[in-house]
Parts: sequence; structure tokens; C-alpha cells
Amino acid sequence: MDLKLDHHSKDGIEIVDVEGEIDVYTAPRLRELLIELVNNGFYQLVVNMEKVEFLDSTGLGVLVGGLKRVRAHDGSLDLVCTQERILKIFRITGLTKVFGIHDSVDEAITARKAEK
Amino acid sequence: MATVEVSFTALPAHVRTARLVATAVARRSGVAEELLDEVRLAVGEACSRAVETHRAHCPAEPVRISLTSQDGRFEVEVTDTGPAPSAAGRPGGQVTGQPGLPPGFGTAVIEGLADDVEIRESAGWTSIRMSWPSAHAAERGKSGEPGQGQPAQAS
Repeated sequence: MDLKLDHHSKDGIEIVDVEGEIDVYTAPRLRELLIELVNNGFYQLVVNMEKVEFLDSTGLGVLVGGLKRVRAHDGSLDLVCTQERILKIFRITGLTKVFGIHDSVDEAITARKAEK
Repeated sequence: MATVEVSFTALPAHVRTARLVATAVARRSGVAEELLDEVRLAVGEACSRAVETHRAHCPAEPVRISLTSQDGRFEVEVTDTGPAPSAAGRPGGQVTGQPGLPPGFGTAVIEGLADDVEIRESAGWTSIRMSWPSAHAAERGKSGEPGQGQPAQAS
């Protein structure tokens, strides 16, 4: 399955909905979207990965790159993911300590608001 | 002799195909369902790395994968053609590393996924061999029947 990307604003935070497979072929599109959002002034991001079917290190690199970009503007990039197959790669790479990973978009927004 | 051998042009789009083939052959070879995600991810990482190497140094050369089921193990070997990592100044066998991540990250992921990984490097190629247990070994142990671990035929 190819990669589908969409985004919308909710409570002042930009939600990026990702569906499909994030790999060496499709990850550049996600990278371009994250860069575009940051360039347009969106520094509070939540990437909803509930419909992601596959994620490899290329995809992780894109997410880490996005995190670095928003942090340069005192922003944030949180993730929404409950799928064990996706969470596993975050665990084995230690990136669970880098990203805030939440069970739902609402939970991610609430957590982000609470930190402000 | 490999159960299945695949070679593909070094394009990112073909990495998904390689993952699908490897997963299908792993399932056919008796790898447990709960390990198939690990096979899919590790093969994808190895193929992504090989594609990067080829695109940087020899884009016309195909990436090669062999998938073998033997003696209770499902083994995958991904071989790229290119200069030795040390010669190209690429520590850890990584070509450029993923943007945002340190060099060798993909290889580290593979080592975290497969319980048996061997990376061999030479002047003109690098090979990543990884393997997982196949259910055929347990079945053979229980039944005492020989031959369960022989290479399966691709279908």
C-alpha cells in the first residue's frame, strides 16, 4: 500500500494523518510535508500513525528530522500510535524516550496543552 | 541452494516488493506468525541499505537476495555491490545513514530484530545474512521425521 498524507488543525495543533507504509520509497513525501508545515509556521505537530502499516528506519529518520525542526522553534512533535508492530521499532531503537507517544489524538493534544 | 533468489534494480520502490517476497517465503518456510513482522522489517532495512549503496556507486547493478529454509532456520542474505565501507569512509557499513539518524542506524535495527546476524564486507561487496527459527525444526524434533527442514519449494 502506498502512503496517504493529510493534515488539519485542532485546538491550535496541526494533526498529520498518515496511512500506509513509510519506507525508503515513501518517506520523502512525509519529510516534505513536515518541512512544508514548519516553513508555514506550524510548530506544534501531532503525527497520527494509527493507520500506518509499516515503518522502517527511513521513516524514523524523517520523524526525528521533523522533531529537530520544530524544536528549533520551541515546538513539539508528538505521535499517536497503539499498534504493537509499530511501537516495537520505537522501543528497540530507544526512541520511545525521544517522542511523546499517545493512544489518541485527543490524548496527545491534552498532554501537549498540559505541558504549556 | 537457496529456496528463492531475487534480484532487483536498485530503486526504492522495489524494496517493498522484496519485503513482500521475503515475508511470503518466510511464512511458507514455517516461520512463526509473530516473527514475520521482524522478518519484513529486517529485510526492508537490509534492502534499503543496499539500494542506497547501489544508487551511490553502481546504479546499474541489481541488488540480490537469497532466501533459504534449511535445518530449522529461515535465512535471508542481502548482498550489495559497491566499494568497501571502510574505503568509502562509511563507518558501520552504512552508506550515508538516514537523515536525522546516525550512520549505521539501519544495521543496528537489523541486529535488534534478527537473533542471528552476520555482516560480511569485502572490497567489492557487502553481505548481510540474518536468520530466524522456522517451525519445521520443532515439528521435526517432535515427530523424529527427517527432511522437514529441507528447503521448501517456492509456489
